[in-house]
Amino acid sequence: MRIELVKRKEHSQLMALLSPLIAIGLTAVAAGMIFAISGHDPLAGLYKFFIEPLTQEWSLQATIDKATPLILIGCGLAVCYLSNNWNIGAEGQFIVGALLGSVLPVLFPSFENAATLPLMLIFGALGGALWALIPAVLKTRFNTNEILTSLMLVYVASLLLDYLVRGPWRDPEGYNFPESRLFSDAATLPDLFGRALSLSTPITIAIALVLAIVLAKTLKGFEIRVMGESPRAGSFAGFSAKRLTLFAFALAGAFAGLAGIMEVSGGLNQLLPSISPGYGFTAIIVAFLGRLNPIGIIVAGFVLALSYIGGEAVQSAMGVSNKIASVIQGLLLFFVLACDTLILYRIRIGSPRTTAGEATHV
Amino acid sequence: MFEAVLLTVITAATPLLIAAIGELVAERSGVLNLGVEGMMIMGAVVGFAVANQTGSGSMGIIAAICAGMAMAALFGFLVLFMVANQVATGLALTILGIGFSGLIGEAYIGVPGLKLPKLDIPVLSDIPFIGPVLFQQDVIVYLSFALVAVVAYMLFRTRSGLILRAVGNNHGSAHALGYSVIKIRFLAVLFGGACAGLAGAYMSLAYTPQWVENMTAGRGWIALALVVFSSWLPLRVVVGAYLFGAVSVLNLHAQAIELNIPSQLLSSLPYLATILVLVLISANRRLTLVNTPACLGKPFVPDR
Repeated sequence: MRIELVKRKEHSQLMALLSPLIAIGLTAVAAGMIFAISGHDPLAGLYKFFIEPLTQEWSLQATIDKATPLILIGCGLAVCYLSNNWNIGAEGQFIVGALLGSVLPVLFPSFENAATLPLMLIFGALGGALWALIPAVLKTRFNTNEILTSLMLVYVASLLLDYLVRGPWRDPEGYNFPESRLFSDAATLPDLFGRALSLSTPITIAIALVLAIVLAKTLKGFEIRVMGESPRAGSFAGFSAKRLTLFAFALAGAFAGLAGIMEVSGGLNQLLPSISPGYGFTAIIVAFLGRLNPIGIIVAGFVLALSYIGGEAVQSAMGVSNKIASVIQGLLLFFVLACDTLILYRIRIGSPRTTAGEATHV
Repeated sequence: MFEAVLLTVITAATPLLIAAIGELVAERSGVLNLGVEGMMIMGAVVGFAVANQTGSGSMGIIAAICAGMAMAALFGFLVLFMVANQVATGLALTILGIGFSGLIGEAYIGVPGLKLPKLDIPVLSDIPFIGPVLFQQDVIVYLSFALVAVVAYMLFRTRSGLILRAVGNNHGSAHALGYSVIKIRFLAVLFGGACAGLAGAYMSLAYTPQWVENMTAGRGWIALALVVFSSWLPLRVVVGAYLFGAVSVLNLHAQAIELNIPSQLLSSLPYLATILVLVLISANRRLTLVNTPACLGKPFVPDR
């Protein structure tokens, strides 16, 4: 017996919709197997992980809270990936956004007025964009591999954060803890519905919706898709690959930076040596699971956010390590990528090639 | 003092060298596997766990190699048989490896490790200065030199090396000549995985004989950059790995002589150096294009 891939004449619309769902299903099966292997009831584990967080108000809010940065970063990354720019340094852009955005509340704490928060958000987006422009400029000027440079800058950014909160930005009244001073009320994103959620969620959803329209309806969206699929065709249409690389990276960096400063000013209210549980990397999965489409990314953001909350849930209820969350995230990306093959190819299970060849000779 | 510095440089360079030489073979066959970091960290945790359970360093090394190969097989299946995007799949491999290693390694945090013994090569290790530096190392360091020699010989002096490079340079022609592009690539990817696993074992059994989460700290990515740095030539990987080894131990020695530089700045030097080197190499198009496998990262689907 022989299993082979047969190219479809055109993309399967049905599979484009189904493949993320199949991937989530397969991930659930694999997760169940991991629960079983580690000696836990797989069904109870799956329920705790994937369903229970959705049944309680506080955990649902926590899921939305975690989904917000994932969606915002994922939207920016989608623009990069659609245009064939491999930005995988969103984690670093998130951190630098948080850092530049925190300059006002940390260094000028007495600057408290209506302009504080908008300025912080602008600084945050700017910080992320500038950090993202480093690999973009290196790529366009020196032909440097952007995958490696953007990733190296993640390590540099987190060391920079570590240096600042342990050194010059440490709270003078913080009993020597490695943390910055607490942000004033003027520098804090207002909460919604009393608690848990901050203004960052509606801002993020609005950005995702605008991006969806831009990608689907505008010339810029057309340019991004054409340059991703066929740079040669794009250059005949007068699009510049270099300018688009700079644009895509700057946009993705701005989104990640904005997510960074909103995370810091919305929930943590101060800088700490670690401000992200790997949002920048998980957002890569979000972008792919959402099929690089902002609406899909909103859904995918919730699914991945669930893995953080679900990981905490199985840890506290069943004593399973919360590391299982990142295992499940990794498996999910694998299954998403494998299932995407079904959009372009059919799987054919046929007889061995030799017998088929012989048959034609008869 | 100088001798001690050289010893730390060798220790820091060895995992980079091994992981990079494996990736070089995979890339020569036309496959870009960005999952080196993930395979390496799995090698580190599995090597540590097995060495700890069995009390045998060699068992740990073998298990680490198998772990790296298992990860590579997963990657190979996806990108070669399912024609999944190589960049994204490599990232998935790294995310998965970091997650799995954290899960497996949780039981081993703070557990004292097993350090590979140093093997003295008789007579040669008595040579002053050179002896202690080059001939009193652990088995993996010797292995790393052998690996480079064998890979360099295989790639450029044997028929199988020629076929491997042909597959990487023009998979269409290689396929037409009757070579099984996918099978050859799969083997090359497995070899890369084995090397990454071994490099990981070196991290947890020799470099710092313990398990710390994320202990590879981006070395898998630096190994990827080293392949570019070497312009896909094995002997240049040695030069690169030792240069980077030297940069990454600066931190250690700067503290010893009490330089007043923030430790974070010194820790970021290997990453900054990687960027700088990539810029210098990539800016020179002639240098990079000569040896870059022409089909690197391109999917291949055989027509029937």
